[in-house]
Amino acid sequence: MVATTEVIYQRPESFTDAHTHYCPGCTHGVAHRLIAEVIDEMGLRERTIGVAPVGCSVFAYRYFNMDFVEAAHGRAPAMATGIKRVLPNNTVFTYQGDGDLASIGMAEIMHAAARGENITVIFINNAIYGMTGGQMAPTTLVGMKTTSSPLGRDVETAGYPIRMAEILSTLDGAGYVVRRSLHDAANIRKAKKAIRLAFEAQERGLGFSMVELLSSCPTNWKISPQDALEFVAEKMVPVFPLGDYKVSPALESLKV
Amino acid sequence: MAKELLKGNHAFAEAAIRAGVEAFYGYPITPSTEFLEYMSRRLPELGRAFVQAESEVSAINMVYGAACTGKRVMTASSSPGISLMMEGISYIAGTEVPAVVVNVMRGGPGLGNIAPSQGDYYQMVKGGGHGDYFPIVLAPASVQEAVDYISLAFDLADKYRALVHVIVDGNMGQMMEPAELPPMKEIPKEVPDWAVSGAKGRDPNILTSIYIDPEEEEVTNLRLLKRWKEIEKNEVIYDEYEIEDAEFLVIGFGTAGRVASSAVRQAREEGIKAGLLRPITLAPFPQDRLIELAKQVKRILVVEMNSGMMLDDVMKIVQGKVPIEFYGRMGGMTPLPDEILDEIRRVAANPAPGAKDPRDEWIIRMDKMLTGEK
Repeated sequence: MVATTEVIYQRPESFTDAHTHYCPGCTHGVAHRLIAEVIDEMGLRERTIGVAPVGCSVFAYRYFNMDFVEAAHGRAPAMATGIKRVLPNNTVFTYQGDGDLASIGMAEIMHAAARGENITVIFINNAIYGMTGGQMAPTTLVGMKTTSSPLGRDVETAGYPIRMAEILSTLDGAGYVVRRSLHDAANIRKAKKAIRLAFEAQERGLGFSMVELLSSCPTNWKISPQDALEFVAEKMVPVFPLGDYKVSPALESLKV
Repeated sequence: MAKELLKGNHAFAEAAIRAGVEAFYGYPITPSTEFLEYMSRRLPELGRAFVQAESEVSAINMVYGAACTGKRVMTASSSPGISLMMEGISYIAGTEVPAVVVNVMRGGPGLGNIAPSQGDYYQMVKGGGHGDYFPIVLAPASVQEAVDYISLAFDLADKYRALVHVIVDGNMGQMMEPAELPPMKEIPKEVPDWAVSGAKGRDPNILTSIYIDPEEEEVTNLRLLKRWKEIEKNEVIYDEYEIEDAEFLVIGFGTAGRVASSAVRQAREEGIKAGLLRPITLAPFPQDRLIELAKQVKRILVVEMNSGMMLDDVMKIVQGKVPIEFYGRMGGMTPLPDEILDEIRRVAANPAPGAKDPRDEWIIRMDKMLTGEK
């Protein structure tokens, strides 16, 4: 009997060979991988243009094997709009963190969604500013300690976390808006399906699509990677409920 | 093609369309709004891209995105809007992608007013955004000239992968003048090899302004500076009037330069040997020509619609070799030919001023004029 081997798992073509600069236990790597797998599966790599943000994923373009541009902080949806309008047959996606998308880039994301801009947004919500070293984000939980809310986020002075998926889902221009989490394998599988549907929405011209991914930041939360995943499940999910907030009827019957 | 009577902002927009602009992203602001309105109708008609953005910040970042595809792209705005765009302008410069920005300038600072001004000279010519970069700045003085130089702006942007500013004041955006539009250019089909278009059959193109390693950023800064030196060598444009035997040189750009040309003509009729140098590229500035002229003339009068911004450049170039005087109107005021004629007469008749800064004596004269004191 001749032994045969079959490749059942490998690095996606949409990935480069570069080692990421992400901290151990960070879920950026998982999110990147899911996007790369989806782009491979859909055969979109050669016409995809990614838009990297400012934040921990500022160097995302080093890890994706495709054309990429690097936006100013918060402006990725505007940059993506500028590209998509002149290259409507290309696939255009942004990858943004919570400070980028929900604070400095609030106007850009809201209006890209309102216009029904036919782009896909992958939104990493880890409730903190990672790259600058752990400051309070618009999504920081009430009472959560950060370097700029050292006594814990106080609603009297710093208000409340913003739920972007819920807000964006109210806009008629949005075709697909969901929230998923990356804290365990089952949720990661669901996240991948959502990313697939988001890109399918763009392929079908269904308007703005966004997948919000609850993510961990053990370094800046100052807890272990395992505790960080538990924090996502126990503390973040209750504040940011997982679910489908807007699904275009054209996607409902799609099996992926 | 025949001349037509055209409103400035409409003519500039149509000129850009005929130069092959494939996308316009903007935000309404007086006195440039008609530019955006015109584009909102014309570009969709032609199957090209138009978006009214949620802010100038967003508009310029849309321009940045489209610029990365190698297609001709632009925005137009007015002074406060341009301030908001400075972020994206710096990124465009840092990423070395071509784009054209038109500033129809108004009175400032702050909200200021909607009247014509040249108060954005520093902002446009000296950078305005963060970091080391060098925009090309064109300052036409009539609707026709603006039409012509908007085409050139796109060519220069592509040639040097550079940012090109076209600056006019509100007069030029709002007034109607006869002008001849160029024929419609074909949109080029080929994609520049540096542009993002999807990495099909090639390695990915990455367009970014980040150079996290300071050594790499320094190399980039040096590349930008060397490119600028090439631009300085090749792209200087200016206009001259009655310059050959001139003893009194008037220097002004845009509308101020155009008004000054009427004053120079009148001065000549009175026998005063006045001449005009009107820089059309404010950056690169016609430095060599000014050095030559400084050897020829007895006195220089700089005329601007600001507090003496180009004046600083003129002083730097002339290096005290010839006395320099200044006449400016500010706040949205446009000088009349008679005002400049009076200045030419005064400069021609009086000995050189003693003050180190030409503005000092001008301020005294301004105070007198504004209070009606003789």
